[in-house]
Formats: sequence, structure tokens, C-alpha cells
Amino acid sequence: MSDDPYTLLGVARTASQDEIKKAYRKLAKELHPDLNPGKADIEERFKGITAAYDLLSDPERRGRFDRGEIDASGQERPQQHYYRDFAQDPSAGRYYAQEGFGDEESLHSFFSDLFGGRGPGPRPRARGADVAYTLPVDFLDAAKGAKKRVTIADNHTIDLTIPAGVRDRQTLRLKGQGLAGFEGGPAGDAYVEVHIQPHAYFERKDNDVQLELPVSLAEAVLGGRIQVPTIDGPVSMNVPKGSNTGATLRLRGKGILDPRSGKRGDQYVRLRVVLPKAPDAELEALVEQWAKDHAYNPRAEMGS
Amino acid sequence: MKTLSEVVLVVGRVDRVELHSWVERGWVVPERPGIEPSAEPAFSELDVARVRLICDLRHDLAVEEETVPLMLSLLDQLYAMRRHMTALSSALQQQPEDVRRAIMELVEASQRRGG
Repeated sequence: MSDDPYTLLGVARTASQDEIKKAYRKLAKELHPDLNPGKADIEERFKGITAAYDLLSDPERRGRFDRGEIDASGQERPQQHYYRDFAQDPSAGRYYAQEGFGDEESLHSFFSDLFGGRGPGPRPRARGADVAYTLPVDFLDAAKGAKKRVTIADNHTIDLTIPAGVRDRQTLRLKGQGLAGFEGGPAGDAYVEVHIQPHAYFERKDNDVQLELPVSLAEAVLGGRIQVPTIDGPVSMNVPKGSNTGATLRLRGKGILDPRSGKRGDQYVRLRVVLPKAPDAELEALVEQWAKDHAYNPRAEMGS
Repeated sequence: MKTLSEVVLVVGRVDRVELHSWVERGWVVPERPGIEPSAEPAFSELDVARVRLICDLRHDLAVEEETVPLMLSLLDQLYAMRRHMTALSSALQQQPEDVRRAIMELVEASQRRGG
């Protein structure tokens, strides 16, 4: 290879400084060792053009060379280590990591790609899939909370704690109860949407329970203590004298737990006066006697 | 290991402010980052070579400042790929002769098909 710096850069001896710079840049882009890590001889060529450029880019030294005062040799830079000399060291990993190449996992996925997604070793760890289910839940289980063992698809059994006060259509996340992971990867999660089943006589409004309670004529007229079902079981409640159908009594704190405030709602008991199932002659006589002196019009407000 | 000032001195084509900004932008990641306020970052030979590379890119190859991250990213991917290939080829070299020959034939056939 020629030592002549003009030949190395491929420029005429009359080239301007600007032409020399352009020629060097063009060559440097092709020959920079760090851009060509696989080519062994390129470093020597790059050193050559760099030395040539060092010489010719300095007008004073270029002049001395042109006049033959110095030769092209001895102008080389001191031994330089290029980036490519280090770039495959393990310590260079901190630069690959920025490119998502650094860690074991991507090395693994690289080789898995090479082997058609099925590496020579074990498959990569992967998280199991999430699964979603809907679960019918008893009114009382939802109100009071319950532990359930539920069998879902694929004979997979999950232990499920239904928190007290869970709302209809609320989704419970069960960490790690989804499908199993691969090769030691974590299991997915199960998402269970709660569908609260209606109750025979309790109804739920937010955190309160509503109940329509039949009372006998005597209980309505005379009042007294009666048994009322609640979600905790029957409790005793006082019915005031002369309680009509539609009268609503409140049982404080007998409603459903509000998980946020930790307080329970109330139960509202709406009374409904119920006559005996069969007509009763004695009652007829009694009311007939009573009505003679106690006429009243319950439809007065309707104007009839 | 060199301090930032020493790197500036050795490389000669970058000043303190510029090098500091390269570190801040993650172009150069000192082997020992100066995390504690008093600690100076420490640059290994690898880091110094990378600083030289960036100087070459900027000054000799006239790479625009905003193009440098792109080039570094491509280079880092290239070197990571080479490292993986080296690991792969050393694994292949430990295979029996007939296995290696079979693989080479498949690789060459695949390259002839252009794929």
C-alpha cells in the first residue's frame, strides 16, 4: 500500500483543504474500525488515512511535506485502542442493556429466535395467562362475607374469600389463581365478577337492607314486640300501636358492611297489614259494630 | 480508571462540559457512576474508547449531534449481536465434527437462497 498521503486520501496534490477534509470524511465513514467490527484489516487502513489526514489537514505540515522536508512516516498517532477492542467485553453490557440486549433473558430470547422459538434449553420463563369468570353469589354470602371453594374450568379449584359487603358486578382479583406459568414463571391472576343472587325477601339498596314485613291486624292495631328476620338472624322489634301498612321502621346497624368506612348500613322494615286468610264471622261482627261510630274515608285525598 | 478531567486530557478532543453532557444523555456510562455528590464518576478504558468513538463520529465523520444517539444505538445493537454470535459459535465449536459440518451446510444453503 502506498504511503503517499495524497494517494491514500485519493486527492490531487493540488486539492484544497476543503477537498482533503471531504475526502477524509468520506473514507472515514467507510473505514472507521468501530463501524466495521468484523473486518480485521480495516484498522490499518483507517490508521493510514487518519495519519494522511493529520498531515495534510495542517497547512504548515502539508507545506513541509510537499517541499520534502518531512516524509509521510512517523506521523502516525500513538497506539490507540478502539471501542471495538472492548465492545464485546462483558463490561460493555451496560451499553447493550440500554438496547434491551444486556441481560440473560434477552440473550436467551436471541437464541430462542435462532432455534425457531424453541431454544436448545428450557423454554423461557413466562407468566401464566389471566382468566376471568363470573360467579353467582348468595345474597347472604355477599352481605356477610364467606369463604368459598369454587371449581372452575379445567377442574381447577380456587379458594375464594368473598369480602363482606361486596357489590353486585364487582370484580375480585385473585393473584396467582390464573393459569400456571411456564418454566417457573409466575401463575396468572383470576378475575372473578360477582353476580349477587336475589333473596326471597331481603332487598339491598347500597348498604341498607329493605324488607317488607307482614303484620297481623292485631299487631298493627295494638302494637307489640315481633320477630323480624335480618341478615344476622331474627331480632325482636317493637311495633308501635296503630302502625299502618307502609309504616317503615328502622333497625340501626343491621344493614350491610361498607368496606370503605367499616360501618354497617341499616335495615328498613316496611309493614304490611295482612287480614286473616279466611273470612271470619266474629271479626266481621266486631268491625261492623266498630264502624257504626267510626266512619273514615281513606280515599279522601283522591277526591272520591 | 480515569476521572472526567483525566479523560478530557487524554482524549484531547472533548471538553469538560461536552463530556459531562454526554454522560448525562447516557452516551457514555462511566463504569463507576458518581452517584454520591462528592464522588467523581470513574471511566474505564472501555469508556475512554467510547468517548474517542463519539469524538470521531462528531468531528471526523461530521455526524450531527442529534444523529449520535441513533448511531450509538445501532452500534450497541451490532456489538451485542456480535457477542451473541461469538457465544453461539464457541458453542458450535464444541459440537462433534459431523454436527458442525451439517450446520455449516445448512447455513451456506440458506445464504445461497438469500434467506
